[in-house]
Amino acid sequence: MPSTTETVETVHAFTGGAYKYGFVTDVEMEMAPKGLTDDTVRYISAQKNEPQWLLDWRLKALALWRTMEEPKWAKVDYPKIDYQELHYYAAPKSTKNAPKSLDEVDPELLRTYEKLGIPLKEQEILAGVAVDAVFDSVSVATTYKAKLEEKGIIFCSFSEAVHRAPELVKKYLGSVVPQGDNYFACLNSAVFSDGSFVYIPKGVRCPMELSTYFRINAQNTGQFERTLIIAEEGSYVSYLEGCTAPQRDENQLHAAVVELIALDDAEIKYSTVQNWFPGDAEGKGGIYNFVTKRGACRGKRSKISWTQVETGSAVTWKYPSCILQGDDSVGEFYSVAITNNAQQADTGTKMIHIGKNTRSTIVSKGIAAGKSDNTYRGLVKVLAGAEGARNYSQCDSLLIGDKCGAHTVPYIESRTPFSTLEHEATTARISDDQLFVCRQRGLSSEEAVALIVNGFCKEVLQNLPMEFAVEAQKLVGISLEGSVG
Amino acid sequence: MTNGLVINDLRVSVEDKEILKGINLTIEPGKVHAIMGPNGSGKSTLAHVISGRPGYEVTGGSVTFDGHDVLEMEPEERAALGLFLAFQYPVEIPGVTNTTFLKTAVNALRKARGEKEMDPMAFLKMLREKAKLLQLPDDMLKRPLNVGFSGGEKKRNEMLQMAVLAPKLAILDETDSGLDIDAIRIVAEGVNAQRSPNRSFLVITHYQRLLDYIVPDVVHVLAYGRIVETGGADLARRLEQTGYADYTTAA
Ligand SMILES: Nc1ncnc2c1ncn2[C@@H]1O[C@H](COP(=O)(O)OP(=O)(O)OP(=O)(O)O)[C@@H](O)[C@H]1O
Ligand SMILES: [Mg+2]
Repeated sequence: MPSTTETVETVHAFTGGAYKYGFVTDVEMEMAPKGLTDDTVRYISAQKNEPQWLLDWRLKALALWRTMEEPKWAKVDYPKIDYQELHYYAAPKSTKNAPKSLDEVDPELLRTYEKLGIPLKEQEILAGVAVDAVFDSVSVATTYKAKLEEKGIIFCSFSEAVHRAPELVKKYLGSVVPQGDNYFACLNSAVFSDGSFVYIPKGVRCPMELSTYFRINAQNTGQFERTLIIAEEGSYVSYLEGCTAPQRDENQLHAAVVELIALDDAEIKYSTVQNWFPGDAEGKGGIYNFVTKRGACRGKRSKISWTQVETGSAVTWKYPSCILQGDDSVGEFYSVAITNNAQQADTGTKMIHIGKNTRSTIVSKGIAAGKSDNTYRGLVKVLAGAEGARNYSQCDSLLIGDKCGAHTVPYIESRTPFSTLEHEATTARISDDQLFVCRQRGLSSEEAVALIVNGFCKEVLQNLPMEFAVEAQKLVGISLEGSVG
Repeated sequence: MTNGLVINDLRVSVEDKEILKGINLTIEPGKVHAIMGPNGSGKSTLAHVISGRPGYEVTGGSVTFDGHDVLEMEPEERAALGLFLAFQYPVEIPGVTNTTFLKTAVNALRKARGEKEMDPMAFLKMLREKAKLLQLPDDMLKRPLNVGFSGGEKKRNEMLQMAVLAPKLAILDETDSGLDIDAIRIVAEGVNAQRSPNRSFLVITHYQRLLDYIVPDVVHVLAYGRIVETGGADLARRLEQTGYADYTTAA
C-alpha cells in the first residue's frame, strides 16, 4: 500500500483544515431568473434547443412535483429550502458556442480545473482516463471522444445526447427512476441542466475509465445533473464521478439523478468520490446533497456495482440502489461515508431482488467524528418470484470522539422462503491506545487517524479504480482533519 | 548537556493517586539497564511517562533525553528523538497491515528528522531481513497489526518494530512475558544484535531468565513508586532467590 505514506504527507500539507477547493472562478455567468415556474422550465429547454417531447416531459414532472411533499423521514436536519429563491440554470457565457477543442475553452475555467488537480491537457495525454468536465450546468470539454467513437461508444454531455442519440434517450430516460419516484428526483426531472450520457454497444468492453468531475460554481444555483448509462448485452464499463465545490456562504442544493441500465451479461461499475464543501465547523455554507441513484439489472447475469466515498456536503441523503430483474443478476454496494464537525449523512442502499438466483452484497463503512451524525439505511427486498436470492450485508461504524453518532437501520423484507439473507454489523471507536501506539512510532495524531481510518475502509477503497484509490485515501485523511487532539 | 536519559526526582499521579514518588535514573548511551519489581509498583507507568502516553499527571521532577526536556514534547516528537517503547500489551489496529504501519512510521520519523522518504523496495527488503532474524514468517507482515496474533507473536512483533525503527533508547516493558523458551532466546539475540555504543535499553522484566541472555550493565528494583535498590547483574540473580519481601517496609 504505497499510498498510505502519501496520505499521511497530504494530510500534513493541509493542516489547518481549510477547504482546499474553496475558491470562486470569476467567469461571467448566464442565468435563468430566480424562481421555478413553467417559464423557467421552458427557458432551460430552449437554451438547450430541446425537442418538444422533452419539454413536455419536463413540464409534466413540474406539475407532478407541485403536488408532492418534501420527505421528512431521513435522519438529517437542514433549514427549509425556498425553491423560489434559487436559480435553476447557469452556464458560463464563453461556452454558449461550445468549444471545439480545449484551446477554445475559457482559460479561467481551465485554471479552475488545474487547482482541482485535473489538468485536462495532461489528462488527454495520460492514457486510460476520459474526462467530461461539467462546469455548473454545461459540459465544457470532452476528451478522448474520438478513441471511444471507434468502438461505437457514446460518451458525451446529456444535452448533446438528446441530439445525437434521441431514440436511446427517449427510450431510457426515466425508465429506472420515474418522475414521481421522490420529491428531489421529480424536481430534477423538471429542471435538470446537464450531466453525462454513456452508451456501450453490444459486446464492447470500454477500454478506459470514464470520468466526470462535477463542479458547482455559481452562487445560488441548484445543481440538477442527469446521468444515463446504458450497457448493451455483454458490454462492460467503469465510470467514475468525482466532485469538488468552491466555498460558499449560502447552502447550495444538489439534486442529481443517475440511471443505469445493464442488459444481458453486461456489467456497470459506478464509482463516486465526493468531497463537496461540507460547510464550516458549524455546517454553515455546505452543500445539500439529495441524490437519486439507481441501477436496473434488466438482463440475465448482468451486474451493477456501486462504490462510493462520501466525505463532503453538509447534508447528504443518498441511496444508490439496484433493481435485480434479470435472473442470476448481481448487485453490489461498497460505501465509505465520513462525517466530521456538523456534517450529516443519511446514506445506504436498496437491493430489490426480482429475478431468480439474484445476488447482492452490501459493505458499508461509516466513520463519524466531531459532532456529526452518520446513518446507514438499507433495504433488502426479496419479491415472491426471486427464488434462490442471496444477500450479504456488512455495516461497520467507526467513531472518533464521543460527541458523534452512528446509526444502522437495516430493513429486510422477504416474500420467498427460498432466500438467504445475512446481516452483520459492528461499531468500534478509535481507542486512545491505538492513537498512542501510532504516535509513539512517530505519527502525528492526524496521520494516525488517517492511517487507522484508511485501514478500516480498505475493503471499500480497494474496489475503486486504481487511479482514484490513491486520491480517495488522501481525501479520507483530509476530511478528518481536526477530529482529534 | 548530558547524553542519554536523565530522570530527576520524577513524581507522577494518576487520578490523584501518587504512583511514582521521586524516581532518579540515568541511562548513558550504550548501556543496558534492567528494572524489576513487584506487580503494580509503577514500572509501566514510568515507561509510559517517558514516552508521553496521555493520562498521567507529572507533579514534579524532570526527564531529559540527550538534553531535551521530553516532558514538554508530543509523543511523536519523542519518537523522532529516538525513544521507543515495546508495549507490555501490544495494541491491535484492524485493517492496517504490519507493513503499512511500519512503512508509515519509518517515513514519519524520517520526515521529522528532515530526511527523504525511504524507497519502497529498499524498505521491503530491509523489513524482510529484520523479520527473518526474528524468525517471523513473511505472511505476518501482511496481516493487520497484532490482529489475531498469539501473545508471543505480538511480543516478537514489537521487537520487529524496534529493529526497523532503530531507536536510540528502547524501553522493553515485559517483552519476555508470554514468550516460549525459544522465543525468549530469539528476542534476546535480537536485542544483543542491536547493542551498540550509542544505543541504550531499559528492560523491564520479572524474570532472571531474560537477563541471562541480555546481560544488563545495571539492575534496579522499583517498589512502591521508588527505586529501592540498584546493583549489577548479580542483583537480579539474588532477587530470584529472595523475592521482594525485603522491600515491603521500604514504602
Ligand atoms: N489509569 C490508571 N488508573 C488508575 N490506576 C492506575 C492507572 N494506571 C496505573 N494505575 C495504578 O498504578 C500502579 C502502577 O501500575 P503499573 O502498571 O505502572 O505497574 P507495573 O509495575 O507495571 O505492574 P506489572 O508488573 O503488573 O506490569 C498500579 O497500582 C495501577 O493500578
Ligand atoms: Mg507493567
